Amino acid sequence: MTVATLSRRKFLIGTAATAGGLSLGFHVPFAAQAEGSSAVLPEINAWVLIRPDDTVVIRIARSEMGQGTLTGLAQLVAEELECDWSKVTTEYPTPGDSLRRNRIWGSFSTGGSRGIRESHQYVREGGAAARQMLISAAADLWEVPADECSAANSVITHASSGRTVTYGAVASLAAQMPMPTNIALKAPREWKIAGKPLPRLDTRDKLIGKQIYGVDLTLPGMLNASIRACPVFGGKVASFDATAVSGMPGVRKVVQVDDTAVAVVADTWWQAHSALNALPIVWDEGPNTNVTSETIAEMLREGLDAEDAVVGTAIGNARAALDGDARVVTATYSFPYQAHATMEPMNATARYTTDKCEVWVPTQNGEMSLAAAAEASGLQIEQCEVYKLHLGGGFGRRGNYQEYVRQAVKLAKEFPGTPVKLIWSREEDMLHGAYHPVTQCRFRAALDAGGNVTAFHMRISGQSILWPLRAEVRETGRDPVVFQGLSDGGTEGAFGYTIPNLLIDHAMRNPPVPPGFWRGVNLNQNALYVECFIDELAHEAGIDPLEFRRKLLGDHSKHLAVLEAVAERVGWEKPAGDGIHRGLAQIMGFGSYVAAAAEVSVTDGQLKIHRIVAATDPGHIVNPAQAERQVEGSFVYGLSACLYGECTINGGRVEQENFDTYEVMRMDQMPAVETILMPSGNFWGGVGEPTIAVAGPAVLNAVFAATGKRIRQLPVKNNSLGA
Amino acid sequence: MARLTINGETRDIEVDPETPLLWVLREQAGLTGTKFGCGIAQCGACTVHIDGVATRSCALPVSAVEPGQQIVTIEGLSEDGSHPVQQAWLALDVPQCGYCQAGMIMAAAALINSTPSPSDDDISAEITNICRCGTYNRVRAAIKLAAETASASQKG
Repeated sequence: MTVATLSRRKFLIGTAATAGGLSLGFHVPFAAQAEGSSAVLPEINAWVLIRPDDTVVIRIARSEMGQGTLTGLAQLVAEELECDWSKVTTEYPTPGDSLRRNRIWGSFSTGGSRGIRESHQYVREGGAAARQMLISAAADLWEVPADECSAANSVITHASSGRTVTYGAVASLAAQMPMPTNIALKAPREWKIAGKPLPRLDTRDKLIGKQIYGVDLTLPGMLNASIRACPVFGGKVASFDATAVSGMPGVRKVVQVDDTAVAVVADTWWQAHSALNALPIVWDEGPNTNVTSETIAEMLREGLDAEDAVVGTAIGNARAALDGDARVVTATYSFPYQAHATMEPMNATARYTTDKCEVWVPTQNGEMSLAAAAEASGLQIEQCEVYKLHLGGGFGRRGNYQEYVRQAVKLAKEFPGTPVKLIWSREEDMLHGAYHPVTQCRFRAALDAGGNVTAFHMRISGQSILWPLRAEVRETGRDPVVFQGLSDGGTEGAFGYTIPNLLIDHAMRNPPVPPGFWRGVNLNQNALYVECFIDELAHEAGIDPLEFRRKLLGDHSKHLAVLEAVAERVGWEKPAGDGIHRGLAQIMGFGSYVAAAAEVSVTDGQLKIHRIVAATDPGHIVNPAQAERQVEGSFVYGLSACLYGECTINGGRVEQENFDTYEVMRMDQMPAVETILMPSGNFWGGVGEPTIAVAGPAVLNAVFAATGKRIRQLPVKNNSLGA
Repeated sequence: MARLTINGETRDIEVDPETPLLWVLREQAGLTGTKFGCGIAQCGACTVHIDGVATRSCALPVSAVEPGQQIVTIEGLSEDGSHPVQQAWLALDVPQCGYCQAGMIMAAAALINSTPSPSDDDISAEITNICRCGTYNRVRAAIKLAAETASASQKG
């Protein structure tokens, strides 16, 4: 695939496939020099620039949204580069440059906890190649064989003569060196920079108000816009009266954007937003005005018993075993819509001329943003460019769903040459999400007299995230992402319990509410369903929940190891404190093994989570300090959903518009979190998401221990925990 | 027209008096460190100090601020990031995405000013800002560290 032959259509398809979760492979890591790149001299290769003052600039294609990827990926490059870490900074390459250079930086997609586990190989190779080129340059300079020279801490040394030179001094020469063909990487046990708990590279600016997020961008002459789309899903603009606001201060133009939205463009955002609030808009609310949470629940309930379902995992014959005379335990769970509620609302800034379209945007996938810019501008993709800005949270909202980019570009087209910054209000953000999908789940399991699970049927009914994104999912009704954490083997999310008759299937039901990838995705509710129900089975069998799981996890030592680790740390075998009750959960997802133990109390119906112990085995850990923060932080996201998170639907629209009705966890509800990092090596798992999934079930199982009540309909706030 | 004292500097700003202070700071004064999160004083991303009191600026009309009142934003908390709260945040590497952190820092600085040795309950009650990345435990630890540092430097 070269730039010349890369059609726009092909690019759009390629980026859609990448963002859908199954990434394209990496392509030609060092094509730049082969092509005779016009990049400025100190570029050693695509990943590394070195200035004469020895500053090392490491290029990072994935987006920083708080998860620490800038620092972690830079550590991997720096490790192989053998550079002075104190002189490292980072920069984002642009998606347009990447396209011009044959996608030299690989995927820009930042989601699925894939940033490090998918790119560690090629970014390390980038660092190692640059080191070899720097050494070759010094060797040429000294007229000695390269293998007599070594590099450490940004200094190249010729051992026998004792000569030294810094990277900065030979960077220009190194850039001319031939591409190394034989690149050997260090074993992780040899790491000095990677694998260490280094502070983040991007902290200081965040403490003094200097970090520029998407909403902060200011360009000369820039206009500002606020937008409102029909709050009812599937609705359109019927009419609006622009004259009512056209005389308001600062207002430049009232613009209909597509069929669905109206925006006001003004000198400042507050002027635009004030005018939008005053603008009379009549909506054609479309076909979904009768849709409510109850009609959606009914639609899903029907799927729980439907004959027709797509099989995810099937071992033995669960249906037959359940129809026998075994003791059958059943339970039905449900998990509601969730909003991402990133702290920074959706936004994008665009500048359009007849031959160029530029977009500045906090995005989890710069290439998707570029594709959206091309589509909305009507220009060729080669005429478009995207400049990525820091994200005030992503959590999956800013990847596949680039409507704010399309809107900003369409507004910019109304003002050729003038940049327009579009910021959504919080209300717009909550009403037009890409919501964590709704599902219900029914279990039927058979227990024999010895408390063994002889059959297990898990029926998931509900929404598919991939259905709107992929034609083949619409054709087959099969969405593999539905079965996260439930696979029969594999490296992504193997189901840990060995049960002779196991059936996990899905009846797809798609309500007219747009679904999306939401940090942790379907692992969240799958883990909650399975781990709460396993707890139910343990109780029914009269067996301690840890012992019960031990028996079932015998074939899966890594699953069991993280569970044993949290049990030991929480003191499972010892009595808890007065009024304190415990629960456990484990799952595998995003390539990692995770477990949690929770300690809670319930007093007068009030739940307090005192302590959570978490363990994760992601194979390798590039920055333990950041991994710990991700685990800790993931519980805030997971427990916010478990305790409060719920977008209810009425009249075909979301009822919660802001944080006053969409509750999230705050400081006073935050438990102490102890994180056990136990990387066992030899595989690369994700860190940002998997532990979210075990927070909820560990807490709910502890709630059962405290109250005897099973919470099966989420969120917890809708359930009484009192006597 | 509004006369405001922002980070020690008195400025006359041409603006509709109903405009929330947040947007005057961000759009007229060019101080974008103070963030827009919700617009209804729920999340705390817009927290600034007015006469030393932590105040959510997104729902406060600029006309409600007197010319003599001292508005301090994250940019004015210290000249060089040397405020004990900023230093504690740096030492514990608190931020993740960082978007809520300016508000958190301003709320924390006001807390340790009014309550030099805040208890866990004080912190829980006073720091009600929302963080979606989940930095709460490190925010709590950093507030305690900052309180210790601040009181040590006063004693010293």
